[in-house]
Amino acid sequence: MNAARALLEALKREGVDTVFGFPGGTIIPIYDALYDFDIDNILVRHEQGAAHAADGYARASGKVGVCIATSGPGATNLVTGIANAYLDSVPMVAITGQVRSGLIGTDAFQEADISGITLPIVKHSYLVQRAEDLPAIIHEAFYIASTGRPGPVLVDIPSDLQLAEIDYDADRAQKLDLPGYKPTVKGHPKQIRTAALALAEAERPVIFAGGGVITANASEELRELALYAHIPVTTSLTGIGSFPEDHDLSLGMLGMHGTQYANYAITNCDLIFGIGVRFDDRVTGRLETFAPGATIVHVDIDPAEISKNVAVDIPIVGDAKRVLAGLLTEIKKHSPSPDRHLPWMEQVAAWKRAHPMTVRQDESEELLPEYVVQKIWEVTKGEAIICTEVGQNQMWAAQYYLVKHPRRFITSGGLGTMGFGFPAAIGAKLARPDLTVIDIAGDGSFQMTLQEMATAVNYGLNVKVCILNNQYLGMVRQWQELFWDKRYSATCMVCQPDFVKLAEAYGAEGYRATRPDEVEEVLRVALSSDAPAIIDFRVKREANVYPMVPAGGSIDQMLVGEDL
Amino acid sequence: MKHTLSVLVENKPGVLTRIAALFARRGFNIDSLAVGETEDPSLSRMTIAVDAQDSPLEQVTKQLHKLINVIKITDLDPATSVERELVLMKVKAGSETRAEIMQIVEVFRGKIVDVSPGAFVVEVTGNREKIDAMLKLVRPFGLLELVRTGRIAMGRGSAKL
Repeated sequence: MNAARALLEALKREGVDTVFGFPGGTIIPIYDALYDFDIDNILVRHEQGAAHAADGYARASGKVGVCIATSGPGATNLVTGIANAYLDSVPMVAITGQVRSGLIGTDAFQEADISGITLPIVKHSYLVQRAEDLPAIIHEAFYIASTGRPGPVLVDIPSDLQLAEIDYDADRAQKLDLPGYKPTVKGHPKQIRTAALALAEAERPVIFAGGGVITANASEELRELALYAHIPVTTSLTGIGSFPEDHDLSLGMLGMHGTQYANYAITNCDLIFGIGVRFDDRVTGRLETFAPGATIVHVDIDPAEISKNVAVDIPIVGDAKRVLAGLLTEIKKHSPSPDRHLPWMEQVAAWKRAHPMTVRQDESEELLPEYVVQKIWEVTKGEAIICTEVGQNQMWAAQYYLVKHPRRFITSGGLGTMGFGFPAAIGAKLARPDLTVIDIAGDGSFQMTLQEMATAVNYGLNVKVCILNNQYLGMVRQWQELFWDKRYSATCMVCQPDFVKLAEAYGAEGYRATRPDEVEEVLRVALSSDAPAIIDFRVKREANVYPMVPAGGSIDQMLVGEDL
Repeated sequence: MKHTLSVLVENKPGVLTRIAALFARRGFNIDSLAVGETEDPSLSRMTIAVDAQDSPLEQVTKQLHKLINVIKITDLDPATSVERELVLMKVKAGSETRAEIMQIVEVFRGKIVDVSPGAFVVEVTGNREKIDAMLKLVRPFGLLELVRTGRIAMGRGSAKL
């Protein structure tokens, strides 16, 4: 069997049924093998779309996402998507064609050193040198991508090696030889005991949950801990959905555009239980004033995250699910009384009452973007998968769509990739055809990857793009308004396509709402159809995202605008 | 603060690049790096000499550990390890200076491995202090060329890293 076919057999053994890709000269052998093989290729319209779709697929399903591209420009077009998956720790295997072995290093047609280019943004990479190694490399790639702290793995395959005939021994190929890779999954029992005692004794505790909780499928354990020990929960952007946001104990997101009550709680708490988080600068703000009086417990599977940004008092390296299970057992031995921190819970409740996240839409005024998000939440009963683009749309989605379940809020947190949401939504829809999938978009971001509308229509993928259209690059404009004397340099994008006609040109459905009273009706009509659609919400052009912590500021010093 | 890291890695293409890139990204300048096969040909050992503060170095070490091909990292304590470097130096040597240079080489237990009318090529092995001391003495004669292997180091005693 040739190596290309063996690669597909190995993918099959890894449980792959869908890949996202775009063919080209050096990857033809693999596409030829795919022609009559039992794996579906979703033909994207740009390789960046393939990487983001694989990312969205992985996040929605918990499986490894696979994207495929040819050498040279095909491979370089994957780069943003690979970096995105790296920053958000998403399991992904990117397969690229390479010029044939003898031509490597000669600046051959469509040659790019993609393993060199992606070196700092992959968990690991392979430039295949012997065809017979390929199946084993695929299994290693999946193992590395999906275990420990997940991340993207690149497999670059010269075209001649894809065609080489090899002896494929499926079982031998699955025997892994990775002497340098042993992720720590079991937390240290003594550290878990110490953390449990600290949690039981804390007078003002807060749980800070991140994407790692979702990756580890540990939401149930997290919920159990929070409810048992009666501790409020705030999440990072990528942690949204790890704890039901409609629960009384939820404080929503913290940080730069977090809720006031989450930021006050973190600043005034005496213990932060951080799990699956990395204390990113968008969360901590000014480090010197971040949670000044708090003991910090930090659970993460990546030892390099411990004490990277904030000094940790009780570190636990391990898998979130296992550590939480151990912690629950331990904390129950202390049986902390639910009213041990009554004054704290009252204080948190008072902050929530005093600074709620309310939408103040006047029916006769311009349409507010957060009102649109709230209506999307109502109409979908908070059960949809929400993908977002990056910027104001992302923050409004994070603030006002109260996510109840893990793997239903898919956003580019670390890299902040405009254009991520729509292809990610395509991937998410393939992973979860049973759920409504919505991309909450900005007009700027959507224009970066809108060509994938052809992909959605091609495969009949019911994805709704809700554009919060302010004809600005809104987040940059907001910064320019607040910190750069309203010098709107290069942020006004009045010239744009008619998004309704654009949808129709692609064979999708197009809708528009300009007034508050139209929003719900338009959403209901659009969502009742099975076709992909764009809904163009013409929102108040200079609406701002609040609360906002200016860059480098303390997170309890928030700008709140006029209406909060 | 000078550190000598002994890093055991899989003997595979690209490993050196990955490690060097991590140091570069964090703004560390590697003083020297020596690499070669170990007693097990599937493994290589790198000795990396780097000047860094403890806490950023700890972060880099953790990042190094995350590289799939890295098996083990040890920060060697100079008190409990031996370190050596091999140096080749081309020294200007005329008829009136030859004897003096030969004497210096003798004192440092070096070897003259090439002689030509105008110069010697001298080979010397030792730790950093010894090499530096010898260079100081040889320089005034005219040091034409200097090549160093970079430090290699090993913990003392029977324990295997």
